[in-house]
Amino acid sequence: MQPVLELKHISKRYPGVKALENVDFRIFAGEVHALLGENGAGKSTLVKVMTGAESKTAGEIIIDNVAHEFATPIAAQKMGISTVYQEVNLLPNLSVAHNLFLGHEPKRYGLIDHKAMTTQAEQLLSRFKLDIDVNADLAKYSVAVQQLVAIARGVAMSAQVLVLDEPTASLDAEEVQTLFAVMEQLRSQGVAIVFITHFLDQVYQISDRITVLRNGKQVGEYLTAELPQTKLVEAMLGKELQQLTARRSNPDDKHMAGDDENAVTFSNVSAKGSIQEFDLEVPKGQAIGLAGLLGSGRTEVCNALFGIDTLSSGSISLGGKVLQLSQPSDAIHAGIALCPEDRKTDGIIAPLSIRENIILALQAKLGWWRYLSKTKQQTLADFYIDKLQIATPDADKPIGQLSGGNQQKVILARWLAVEPTLLALDEPTRGIDIGAHAEILALIKSLCDEGMSLLVTSSELEELVAFANKVVVLRDRKKVTELKGQQLTSQHVMQAIAEG
Amino acid sequence: MFKQRYLPLWITTSLLMVLFLIGSMQFDGFASSRVVMNLFSDNAFLMITAIGMTLVIISGGIDLSVGAVIALSGVATSVLITQYQWHPLAAFALILPAGTLFGALMGTIIYSYRLQPFIVTLAGMFLARGLATTLSEQSLEIDHPFYDFVADFGFELPGAAWLDLSTLIFASVFLLAILLMHYSRLGNNIYALGGNEHSAQLMGVPVKRTTITIYAASSFLATLAGIVFTFYTFSGYALAAVGVELDAIAAVVIGGTLLTGGRGFVAGTILGVLLMGVIQTYISFDGSLSSWWTKIVIGLLLFFFIVLQKGLNGKPAKTITSH
Repeated sequence: MQPVLELKHISKRYPGVKALENVDFRIFAGEVHALLGENGAGKSTLVKVMTGAESKTAGEIIIDNVAHEFATPIAAQKMGISTVYQEVNLLPNLSVAHNLFLGHEPKRYGLIDHKAMTTQAEQLLSRFKLDIDVNADLAKYSVAVQQLVAIARGVAMSAQVLVLDEPTASLDAEEVQTLFAVMEQLRSQGVAIVFITHFLDQVYQISDRITVLRNGKQVGEYLTAELPQTKLVEAMLGKELQQLTARRSNPDDKHMAGDDENAVTFSNVSAKGSIQEFDLEVPKGQAIGLAGLLGSGRTEVCNALFGIDTLSSGSISLGGKVLQLSQPSDAIHAGIALCPEDRKTDGIIAPLSIRENIILALQAKLGWWRYLSKTKQQTLADFYIDKLQIATPDADKPIGQLSGGNQQKVILARWLAVEPTLLALDEPTRGIDIGAHAEILALIKSLCDEGMSLLVTSSELEELVAFANKVVVLRDRKKVTELKGQQLTSQHVMQAIAEG
Repeated sequence: MFKQRYLPLWITTSLLMVLFLIGSMQFDGFASSRVVMNLFSDNAFLMITAIGMTLVIISGGIDLSVGAVIALSGVATSVLITQYQWHPLAAFALILPAGTLFGALMGTIIYSYRLQPFIVTLAGMFLARGLATTLSEQSLEIDHPFYDFVADFGFELPGAAWLDLSTLIFASVFLLAILLMHYSRLGNNIYALGGNEHSAQLMGVPVKRTTITIYAASSFLATLAGIVFTFYTFSGYALAAVGVELDAIAAVVIGGTLLTGGRGFVAGTILGVLLMGVIQTYISFDGSLSSWWTKIVIGLLLFFFIVLQKGLNGKPAKTITSH
């Protein structure tokens, strides 16, 4: 049998980054092919190349033995490849029906036939058990409905290949089953479906074949039925379980570091669309690791702690006092700091100098009328540049010109300057080179020794296990287990992630 | 069937009716078909321009060049007719495509260099105004049998009203614009562009072609408005129609179109121009008020409508954000 779509040796470079390197991908008619990998593995880039939203640097896209170049999404659509992107790419200002048929509106006498469009839209949505007013603006409906509309649009284009990028992220269990029913129906009609998700149970429920990417490279192509879940997680995270036997000499030593006083306690915390019934104790002077796959709720825990997501129930308390966290500044005043996951968009202010980036949070905490004098700013900046060994000629260099690792150190310095009781680090070592990795890890250890509590999220399990006193494993936005002491090995963490 | 999306339209309509009613009660002869038809013929050039502006604003852009294009179109027409003895129809046949090309050029620049429409059309405005002044600094009077014919052309309506050519041209432009915006793919693409250009592109909207078409259409309509303006003034003058782009934008906003794009109606814009026209008529009937009161009232109305838009669309449209 011949694949309907085959990508051969695809590479994609952005300035300074290799997003994809020599990746192969093929899909056959009438199958659901799951494309898996951790954040930054290159899934989205591969989809964009496949669907004409980005041009590839090298490689071939082959349909029916002919190599094609897709300059635009329209070109790919004409070849029968239609895509539902991860972020709903619909138009909230247009009606549901217009969103479904934009570019393919039914016409009569050369004019758009609104009546036919309404009827066809209703018919199409009934397959998804959606009974809504198709002439109302899309913005009126929930994100889940918008997502289903986006998928319906992809289906309506009667594609040969339908690419669904994280289609279930915003759907509830029932809506997911409806979607799967439609996917099964399409599969039996011979449509090839590329399914991207981070919900592994869904992969096993619906997919026939799996391709795993890691760091922009292809790890392998497997038949779902022949790949146990543990093997899949291994492939995604990249370490073989056998190699990951417990290596730490004396895991219990670190328990001595802190006393029993709790810095922060989460009790039964839930937030809408985020974590569910989450309990956690972060003792003083300890580093707690959060592990789990992308979307498992790691980042959400940090967001709840920092006042970004509002709690729907439960409470977060610091030193026994319940905190009212309705915005990040509340958290900062309470002594909580967060280094966000996405350094580029949520962390650095690229055109400002290192000094200005460092003093930002401290100045915000002090209030703008207690202005830090330039001398004080300079002293502070110099202190941290020296302490964290930030590689820069002086403190006035714009942060945007530093390397990723050094940017990360500046952001760390920003929060250290506030002298928080608890510092949350969301993926502190993402996207920085190995040398800087080690430095940041060493820093985390020394911070704990100074009595600061840390909550660290990381997909690098080995790293997490190396410095954390306790690792909390999350899955589907719930806490699965807590591992500490002898149990705390990357093997156990990985098993917990895979099996729940 | 009431929908929130039509709310600004209803408000403009009601304001228009209330003001007209007040005028009719206060002054004899206010509520006549003659006053109504004059509203159309006096404002035909503005309405034609504002229709173009509506398309641009719905697409999320702005066109500041239209006032200057009106002037350039008027001066060029006059120069061709008076100095080169062209027949007016021949002059129109040259000027309309030239004006359209001017807009297409602005659209191409906006798309190709990812520039702000504001700055590109501002440059276009200076360029057109400067060109017009270079062609003739003086006002050029047009004296041609065709213009006499145009002035006499029309249909008598009951109540000593007159349906003139300008109004007819406006009416056909209006009908075409309605067809374009609500019954053609291009219209949907324009709305899509104003909603979110990136999404529109991913959904297969030909962004380049649509952008160029929009600015070409706006300049075409401004050029046409310039010609209609010469029917009204029998002359072309480089300093005519100063600030008309702002009147057009005001009419579009008062007519319920969202300045940020994506929502609005051509019909609303016409209501907006009419509302501004009625205010003007009211003030001229009153006689004691300075004509600048028109600007004051329009200013207040604009404030009201902007706040209203904010209230109706205060919540940003929900979209999914990914992790």
